[in-house]
Amino acid sequence: MAQFLSWTDNPILLVLLSLGQILLITVVLLLAIAFLLYFDRKVLAGTMLRKGPNVVGPFGLLQSFADFGKFVLKEMIVPAGANKSVFLIAPILSTTLSLICWAVVPIAPGWVVSDLNVGVLYLLAMSSLGVYGVIMAGWASNSKYPFLGGLRSAAQMVSYEVSIGFVLVTVILLAGSMNLATIVEAQTGGFWNWYAFKLPTIIVMFPMMVIFFISALAETNRPPFDLPEAESELVAGYQVEYSGTPFLLIYLGEQIAITLMCAMTSILFLGGWHSPVGDLGLFDENTLAGFLGTGTLESLIGALWFALKITFVFFMFAFVRALVPRYRYDQLMRLGWKIFLPTSLVAVLIIAGYVVFTNSAGA
Amino acid sequence: MEVIAFSILSTIVLISALCVILARNPVHSVLFLILAFFTSSGLLVLIGAEFLAMLLIVVYVGAVAVLFLFVVMMLDIDFAELKKQFLDYAPFGALVAFVFLAEIAIVAGTMGMERSASFDASPNAETNVEAIGQVMYTDYLLLFQISGVVLLIAMIGAIVLTLRHRPGVKRQSVEKQTGRTREEAIELKDVRPGQGI
Repeated sequence: MAQFLSWTDNPILLVLLSLGQILLITVVLLLAIAFLLYFDRKVLAGTMLRKGPNVVGPFGLLQSFADFGKFVLKEMIVPAGANKSVFLIAPILSTTLSLICWAVVPIAPGWVVSDLNVGVLYLLAMSSLGVYGVIMAGWASNSKYPFLGGLRSAAQMVSYEVSIGFVLVTVILLAGSMNLATIVEAQTGGFWNWYAFKLPTIIVMFPMMVIFFISALAETNRPPFDLPEAESELVAGYQVEYSGTPFLLIYLGEQIAITLMCAMTSILFLGGWHSPVGDLGLFDENTLAGFLGTGTLESLIGALWFALKITFVFFMFAFVRALVPRYRYDQLMRLGWKIFLPTSLVAVLIIAGYVVFTNSAGA
Repeated sequence: MEVIAFSILSTIVLISALCVILARNPVHSVLFLILAFFTSSGLLVLIGAEFLAMLLIVVYVGAVAVLFLFVVMMLDIDFAELKKQFLDYAPFGALVAFVFLAEIAIVAGTMGMERSASFDASPNAETNVEAIGQVMYTDYLLLFQISGVVLLIAMIGAIVLTLRHRPGVKRQSVEKQTGRTREEAIELKDVRPGQGI
């Protein structure tokens, strides 16, 4: 969206435009999440041979909106022993932190709220802040189960952030930039140019994508790593004491973070807005697209591909939840520190060597 | 614009820094400390040093402060006990406060002096990631390596201090577990009634 900003220098107009962009992306994102939640439940139901939500609206499509109404209208209970201010700030914080990550996500060519040069680092920084929402919720509830959940979550998220960081480094090395739009640009062409499948780095980068995906599951506290809210041990972990709108905010923050992780997987490894078959020449001057205006149509189709990729990765998230049993806590820590960390460290060495010897940074 | 942003951010930094020492609840103190860290990274963004700003958040807020919070949350703090000991710590606290005040006075004294060079967040490079990388891996290579070794020593020290091999603890061996076959794991016995095995 940066291209729209060039026609004016008026600071007030610029601020208004930015606000408009932020509002647009938030509304679209929240609407998308409403349907992704429905999708998640349908996938889970399908695996279990159930029907899933099918009552509200056609095929149950409006289920998420009904849930939203229910959460907002229910009474909000603050436990007597809770630390009230922190208790209420925690859900707001977790939702806000996962929403502001979307500021740097490039949706289509030029469609990004803030084209940061350190976009990848920004995402890493903001997602590392996400742990505070959970810790604060766990501590402020002043109760055993939430506290245990908060502690578990803190250790888990800090551990998996390390390997996520190293996986990000491999992609940064290959693209030669920390700008997310540049990283996507570097994967132009068909799926054989995406970092997950590009030869010859596929030997390292495909496993890196798998590590990133699994670490993303742990980072967002999704099954099979949902120990912070393990209902068989901790009731619901750090969310036990929450009800009504604060619970909705916690839940929403988690879902936004999950969608963000899906978006990051598609940006870093699956070519972002690029189509899997490469440029088909649809956007040349003399075709239909040229008639409609090249830039806008190309961006729209790019956004569509991006959304499709996010949905695919989200499907994987939902599928894992349905198929894999929960990890034990020591297994979780072993996987993070003893397997993912050394593997991704070696991968950084290999990729750095490859980039130096073939002199291919940014290619 | 920048002046407005700077005044807002620096006000928040100062207030939250004050709240760190004024807050009665130590967890609130740490949370205010995090707010101060976070807002100072905003100040770094304002002068164009976005790489440092992000590092400040990733390292201090994302990792160090989480551990702070972890430790402080686990502490069982008795406020009455703390107040009783207040006088014991008062001379030492006064000394630290005096040193701090003196240092700030010295810094404030140099404020009027002319700067030798103007500040540039990313000299000789497009982005300040490149600028930092260029000096860090050439001019300051030795210092960089030494700080790496210091961190390594700290890490090994922490591991040595906490690593204990206790006998008699049942551990899971993944190789053994996944290497088990049906033949060695299951044995079928024909048990006769009244005799047992």
